[in-house]
Amino acid sequence: MATIQLDGVGKRYGQKNVFTDLSLTVPHGECFTLLGPSGCGKTVLLRLIAGFEDPDSGAISIGGETVASASGDNLPPDRRDLGVVFQDYAVWPHMTVFRNISYPLKLAGIGGKELEERTQRAVDLVNLGGLEQRLPSELSGGQQQRVALARALVANPSLMLLDEPLSNLDANLREEMRFEIKELQRKLDITIFYVTHDQEIALAISDRIAIMDDKGRISQIGAPADIYERPANIFVFSFMGMANFLPLRRAGENLTAGDGQPFPFAPPGGDDYVAGFRPSDVILVRPDKAGAGFLRGRVRRTSFLGAMLDYLVEIDGVLLRTALESHFALERGLVFSEGEECAVGFHSLHWFTRTEAAKAGIA
Amino acid sequence: MSARGAGGLRGGGGFGAAGVILTLSIGILIIVVAVPVLLIFFNAFWADGSFNVRDVIRVLREPDTYQALLNSLLIACGTTTGSTIIGTFFAWLVTRTDLPFKRFMKGMFLVPFMLPSFIGALAWKMLFSPRAGYINRFFMDTLGFENPIFNIYSYAGIIAVECMYLFPFVFIQVCGALERMDPTLEESARISGAGLFTITTRITIPLVLPSILSGALLIMLYSMAHFGTVAVLGIENGIFNIPTLIYERIHQSAGSFASIRTGTVLASVLVVSAACIIWLQNRILTRGRYQIIAGKSFRPMELKLRGLRLPLLFFCVAYICFTIVLPTVVIFLVGGLKTYGLPFTLENLSLANYKFILFEHKLTRDAIFNSVSLGLGAALITMFAGVMISYVIVKMKTRGKGILEFLGMLPFSVPGSVIALGVILAWSGKYGINLYNTVWIILVAYIARYMAFSLKANSAALEQVHDSLVEAARASGASMWQALRDIVLPLVRPGMLAAFFLIFLPSLRELTVSIMLYAPTTRTIGVAIYTLNEDGETVISAALAGVALILIISGQTLINRFTESASSGKG
Repeated sequence: MATIQLDGVGKRYGQKNVFTDLSLTVPHGECFTLLGPSGCGKTVLLRLIAGFEDPDSGAISIGGETVASASGDNLPPDRRDLGVVFQDYAVWPHMTVFRNISYPLKLAGIGGKELEERTQRAVDLVNLGGLEQRLPSELSGGQQQRVALARALVANPSLMLLDEPLSNLDANLREEMRFEIKELQRKLDITIFYVTHDQEIALAISDRIAIMDDKGRISQIGAPADIYERPANIFVFSFMGMANFLPLRRAGENLTAGDGQPFPFAPPGGDDYVAGFRPSDVILVRPDKAGAGFLRGRVRRTSFLGAMLDYLVEIDGVLLRTALESHFALERGLVFSEGEECAVGFHSLHWFTRTEAAKAGIA
Repeated sequence: MSARGAGGLRGGGGFGAAGVILTLSIGILIIVVAVPVLLIFFNAFWADGSFNVRDVIRVLREPDTYQALLNSLLIACGTTTGSTIIGTFFAWLVTRTDLPFKRFMKGMFLVPFMLPSFIGALAWKMLFSPRAGYINRFFMDTLGFENPIFNIYSYAGIIAVECMYLFPFVFIQVCGALERMDPTLEESARISGAGLFTITTRITIPLVLPSILSGALLIMLYSMAHFGTVAVLGIENGIFNIPTLIYERIHQSAGSFASIRTGTVLASVLVVSAACIIWLQNRILTRGRYQIIAGKSFRPMELKLRGLRLPLLFFCVAYICFTIVLPTVVIFLVGGLKTYGLPFTLENLSLANYKFILFEHKLTRDAIFNSVSLGLGAALITMFAGVMISYVIVKMKTRGKGILEFLGMLPFSVPGSVIALGVILAWSGKYGINLYNTVWIILVAYIARYMAFSLKANSAALEQVHDSLVEAARASGASMWQALRDIVLPLVRPGMLAAFFLIFLPSLRELTVSIMLYAPTTRTIGVAIYTLNEDGETVISAALAGVALILIISGQTLINRFTESASSGKG
C-alpha cells in the first residue's frame, strides 16, 4: 500500500520559500496529478517525495511510514520502494535497453531466469520487444521514454512518480502514451503521482487533480470534471483553458457591460463583478437575430482553423475569443468578415469579484 | 547538514562521504599546488623580515635578470607572431582551398604537437650550429661558402625552432573555427556582390579572429615559460630567458639565498604574466564564441587555387619535410654514428649506440625506467585525484566549493619551472619533510604540473553525466556508492583514460621540471638527453632521443587507434 501523506511540508532555497505548510493526501491506487504553471514548485514536491530533497519543515509519509521530516534521519530514495520517470528520461547511455530495464531487479538481488522473465515482461508491456540489445543512442525519444517507464515499473513499486514524462513527445505519441500510463496503473494497482503543466493530459489521466499556483499554494483539489466545471478561483479557471473576462458594473437594478449595455444575468450578490467564460461558452449571432440578453459587438479578427472558426470579438473595448464549429457557422450564415457587427450571448458564466480579478492581474 | 550534495550524493551517509571527499580534494590541491606557489611569492616579497617591494625591484634591475625578462618577452613575441602567421595560413589552406591531400596535410601539421621541442632543438643544432652543423658544413666545405649560412645559436634560431613546434596551437584552433563557421555568413556577403578577397578579409578573418588570438595567447604563455629550446640553443651564446636563468641560478649555486631570491622573483613575474594571459584569453573566448560557431558541420566554400595549386602543394610538402622529417631523421642518423661529426655513410652507421643505451649504459637505462615509472605513477595518481576533485567542482553543491574552483584554476596558470622551484621550497626539509634528491620530489612536481590536464578531461566528462542519471539509479534502489560505481564511473571512464594518457605521454619527455629536481640517480629521459648533450656525448644523447621519439610516437598512435575505435563503437 502506498498512500502518500504530506503534513505541513515547507521547503526553502536560500531566501525563497518554494512552499510553506503544504498538506496533501493521495490514497493508494489513485492516479493523482499535480498541475501548475512552470516554476511553481511542483517538481520540488515530487523530489521531496522521492527523497532527492529534504523538507525544511513538516513530514512526509508513504504507506504509513514516515520517510522524511524536518528533524532529519530521512529514508534515502533507494529504500522508498518507488519508480521515478524523469522529464529528460535519464536513460543510462552506456547500458542497453535490457540492462537499463533490468537494473532495479539486479539491485534487488534478483538474478537468473526470474530477472530475465520479469525484464522481458516489462519490455513487452511498453512495446519495446526486439529492441532489447539497442543502446539508448539508437532509440527515438519516444522509445527512450518507454525505456524509462519500463525501468520505473519493473520492480513492481507501489508508487510511481512521473515528472512531465510526456513533454518531449510528439502529439500522437503523447496521446498514445497517456492511455498506456492510465492502463498500466489500473492493471498493476499502483499509486501514480504525476507532475505536469499540461492541463489536457491532467484532465485525461487523473482520478484527482491538484492545482498549484505560482506561489506554491494548492488552489483546488478535485476530480477533473469538478476542476473544469467548478473552478475554486479565478486562477484555476484561467489556468484550465482559454478564458475570457468581461468586467461588469451595477446600475440600479441591473448589471451593465461595456458602455452601459444591460447584462441580463444575475450574479450571486454584491456590486462589481467580472464574468468569466470559455470561447465555447459564447453564442455568436447576426445583430438582427439577437434577442434579449445579447450584447452588441464587432468582429475584429477572424481565423479559420479547419474544424473551427476563431473570432476575436470586441465589446466596447473588451476583446473576447470565441470558437464556432465551421460546419455550424456555414449552415447558420455565421461566417463574419473583419469589422462586421455581431451579437454575443452566453451559455454559462463563472462569477468572480473585481478584487479577486484585480489581484490576479485580470480586468 | 552543512555539507549538502546533489541528488547523487545526498542521503545514505551523505554528510560523511561528501565531507571526506571535499576535505581531501581541497587538501590535495593546497599541498600540491597552492603551497609551492605561495612559498614562491612569500620568498620573493618577504625579505629582511618584512614585506619588501623595493628589494624585488632591485633584483629585477640586476643586468642578468633584466636581460632574461627582456629575452623572454622578445622570444615570446617573435614566436607568437611567427607561429600565428604560419598556423593561420596553413589552417586556411587545409580548410578553405582545394589543395590536394588536405586531410593528410592536416594530420602532418599536427605532428609537431607530439614531438618534444628540445629534441627538435637538438636536431637543429646538429644541422645549423655554426661550426659543426651538417648543413653549414655542407655549404662551407662542399660549396665553398666563407661563413656558415645560418647560426642557430641566436634569437632568430630560437624563435624559428619554437615556431616550428608551437604553431599547431593556432593551427588547430583556427581549423576548428573555420570548419564550424556558418557558410551562410560568407554566402550572404557573396550575394551582396563581394569578391572572394573581400569576403576573406572583411568577413572570414574578423570572424575567426577570436580563435586566432586565443591560439596566439596560448603560444605566448607557452613560449614565455619555455625551457628546452632556449636551454639547448641559447646558453652557448649567453641567451637566457626566465626559466633558463632560474635553472642556471638554482643549479650553479645549489640553493644559496641570493639565487633563491632571484629565482622566486622571476617565477613571480612568470605566474603574474601567465595569469594575465589566461584572463585575456578567457575574455576573448567568451566574447567571440557564439558569433561564429553554429554547432553543425557545413561544407564551407572552397577557394579554387588554380595555378597556385601545385606550387602550394609543393610548398606544404617541403615545409613538412624540412621541419618534421629532416630533424627526426637527423636524430636517428646521429644516434647511429660512431662519433659526432662523421659523415652519414653506411660504414659509419650502426645500431651500437642504441644497444648501448638500452642494455648496457646504467645512466640511460635508469633514465628510461625513471621516466616510465614516474609517468605511470603521476598519471595514475593525478587521474584519480582529478576525477575526485572534478566531481566536487561539477557535481556537489557544497559550501567551500568556491575555494576549490579557484584552486582548480591554479595549475592552469603555473608554468613548469615555477612548479619545480615551488616544490624545492616546500619539500626540501624546511617544513619537516625532505624529498630533495629523491624521485618523490619529481613525482610531486609532475602531479602539480599535470593536474590541470586531468581536471579538464574529467570535468568535461562529468558535465555529460546529468544529475538525473544518478537520481534514476537511486530511485531504482541503488545506494550512493552503487550509483557511483554503476553509473558515474562507467560514464566518466573515457575522460579518466584521456586524462591518463594526457599525462603519461608528456611526462615521458618532460624536461623543464625534472631538470631542476634531478639527482644523480633520478635522471629522467629528458634530463639524460639534455645532460648527455651538454657533456658532449652527442651520439648517445641522440640515440636516447631517438628511443624517446619511438616511445612517444607509438604511444600516441596506440591512443589514436583506441579513441577512434571507442568513438566509432558508440556512434
